[in-house]
Amino acid sequence: MSAISLRKVIKRYGRGAAAVQVIHGVDAEISSGEFVVIVGPSGCGKSTLLRMVAGLEEITEGEIEIAGRVVNDVEPAERDIAMVFQNYALYPHMSVFDNMAYGLKIRKLPAAEIRQRVDKAAAILELGPYLKRRPRELSGGQRQRVAMGRAIVRQPAVFLFDEPLSNLDAKLRAQTRLEIQKLHHELGITSLFVTHDQVEAMTLAERMLVMNAGRVEQIGTPEQVYLTPASTFVAGFIGSPPMNLIHGQAEAGVFRVGGDALALPTPTPRDGPLILGLRPEHAQPAEDGAGWQLQVDVVEMLGAERLVYGRLGDAPFTLRLDGTLPAPMPGSRLPLQAPAARLHWFDTDSGRRL
Amino acid sequence: MVERRPLLTLLTHLGLIVGIVVIAFPLYVTFIASTLTLDQVQEVPMRLLPGDQFWHNYTQVLRQGSTMGSAAPVGTMMFNSLVMALVIAFGKIAISIVSSFAIVYFRFPLRHFFFWMIFVTLMLPVEVRIIPTFKVVADLGMLNSYAGLTLPLIASATATFLFRQFFMTVPDELTEAARMDGAGPMRFFWDVLLPLSRTSIAALFVIQFIYGWNQYLWPLLITTDESMYTAVIGIKRMIVGGDALTEWHLVMATAILAMLPPALVVLLMQKWFVKGLVDTEK
Repeated sequence: MSAISLRKVIKRYGRGAAAVQVIHGVDAEISSGEFVVIVGPSGCGKSTLLRMVAGLEEITEGEIEIAGRVVNDVEPAERDIAMVFQNYALYPHMSVFDNMAYGLKIRKLPAAEIRQRVDKAAAILELGPYLKRRPRELSGGQRQRVAMGRAIVRQPAVFLFDEPLSNLDAKLRAQTRLEIQKLHHELGITSLFVTHDQVEAMTLAERMLVMNAGRVEQIGTPEQVYLTPASTFVAGFIGSPPMNLIHGQAEAGVFRVGGDALALPTPTPRDGPLILGLRPEHAQPAEDGAGWQLQVDVVEMLGAERLVYGRLGDAPFTLRLDGTLPAPMPGSRLPLQAPAARLHWFDTDSGRRL
Repeated sequence: MVERRPLLTLLTHLGLIVGIVVIAFPLYVTFIASTLTLDQVQEVPMRLLPGDQFWHNYTQVLRQGSTMGSAAPVGTMMFNSLVMALVIAFGKIAISIVSSFAIVYFRFPLRHFFFWMIFVTLMLPVEVRIIPTFKVVADLGMLNSYAGLTLPLIASATATFLFRQFFMTVPDELTEAARMDGAGPMRFFWDVLLPLSRTSIAALFVIQFIYGWNQYLWPLLITTDESMYTAVIGIKRMIVGGDALTEWHLVMATAILAMLPPALVVLLMQKWFVKGLVDTEK
C-alpha cells in the first residue's frame, strides 16, 4: 500500500491572470516504510511540495493521499505526520521534555504514557541528560535531535524532513546523516526528506525524486538516478564533478564535436544533433593509444583520484582517474575509451534521455 | 572603551556626580521639607538638615490630608492611584496583546485598515480628544468612578504596535510547529506567544504603570469628589491660593509618597524591564 500518493499536484500562488504556478503537476507514489528524498536546486519547489504534504500550504489542484486518505482538507495535526523543520522550530521557553511532550499533551494522552514515549525517544536519541534544559542551552546537533524526538514521540505514519541538516557543520551533518539512517532502520517509518545536497540525497535515499523548476525530472533509486539519468538536468545535478554533456552531431557511427569525430562502439539512437553524456570516471585511458583524443589542460591531484580537465573537440571534458595512475601532462593528448553501456544519449531540445 | 586613564576616569566621574547632584538635590530638598514644620519651611534660607516632624507630617497626610486645602487623606488617594495605575497597565497589556495577535496572525477583511486606524491614534494624545471623551464619560455617568478614571485611557496604540513588532519577529516555523502539534490559535497564544512575550509584558507594565500613576489632566477633570482623588491630583488640591496658606511641609510629604510607588516598580522590575527592551528571547 502506498503511504503517500501525490496525484497531479499543482501549486499556484495568487489568483487569476496574476497567478504564478510553481508546481506543475507532480505524480508520485511512496510505499509504506520507504525513505524518499526530494532533491533539487533552490527554488525548484521541493519545500513547497513537502509543505503541501504537511498541510502548511494549500493544494491548488490535484490530490494528496496519506495512508489511504485524501488529506487535501485535513488539518496538519490530523494528517498523522510529523515534521522536522530546517531551523528546528523548538519552543524556546519550554524544556526539552516539554518540547517533545507538547503535541501529546494537546492530544490529551495520559501523563504516564507521555512520560514513557518521551523517555523512549530520548533514549534512542541520547537526549536523556538534557530533558530539563531549554533549547538555548543545547548545541546545534542536540537541538536537531530534539526536533527529531518531537517527531518520533508522535508515532506518525509519515516523517517529513525539511532540510534538517543544513544548519549543522559538515562533520555533524555527516554524523547526523548516519543517525537518521540508523533511526529509519529501527523505526521503519515512511519518510519524506527534502534537501538540496546531492550527497545527502544519495546516501539517505532508498528512492529519490529529482525536481527542477516545479517538475519531477526523475524518480528512482540512487543507482538508477546516477547510472541512467532521465535528463540532462539530472545528469548535471547529481554527481560531482557532474556528468560531461557534449553537444555534437551523430552520423554513421561517429559523433562529431567541433572538428573531432569520436568513433562510437555502438550506433547512436538516431542521427542528427544529440547530447552525449559520460561520467568523468567512466572514461579511461585507452591502452593501445587509439580512441578519443582528450586535449589535457589542467590536472588536479585529490589523493585517491586525479581530475583531468581538458577538451574533446571543442567541448570541455572532465576525467576522473585513479590516483595511482601516471598523471597526464598538461598540453598533451590523452587517448580515451569508454564502455558502450556508459554512454548516455539525450535529445538536444528537450534534454530527455533517448 | 577599555582605556585606563586616571584623568579621564576623574572627569567622567565628576560629570556623573554633577549630574546626580543636579537631579537629586530637588528630591533631597523635597524630602527635607517634608520633615520640617511649616514655620521651618518658610524660613529663608530653608535648612538642609532633616527635622523631627517626619512621623507627624506623614501620619497627618496619610490619615487626614492637609488642613487648609483638600482634607482627603493621602492614604485613600494612594489607593485610588494604585487602582488606576494597575487597571490601566493590565488593561492596556491585555487589550493590546490580543489585538496585535489578531492583526499579526489572522487574515480578516480590512486587516491593514484596522492596523492603520490603531496606528493613527498614536498621534492623538489624550489632551486632543479630552473634551469629547469627557462628554461621553459624563453622559455615561462615570464621573467620580474608577471606570471613568481608567476606561478612557486603556486603549493603547503604542503597546499594540510594540506587541505587533514582537510577534512579527517570532519565526513562522514556530507557528507551523504548533500547528503540526495540533495547537489551535488560542492554545498557541497561551502556550507559546504569551510566555515568549513575558519580558515585553514586563517592560510595558513598568511604562504603563508609571503612565497611569502620573496621569494628571484626566483625573483632574473627572474627579470632583475628594474620595476619588488620585495622589497626583491630591498634591494639586493641597496647594491653595497664596503661598502663605499652603502647607508646604505636607505637600512635600505627599509628593514624596506619590513618588514612591513608581520608583518601587522600576526598582523591582528593572531586570525584566531592561531585558524586555533590549533582547527578544527566541
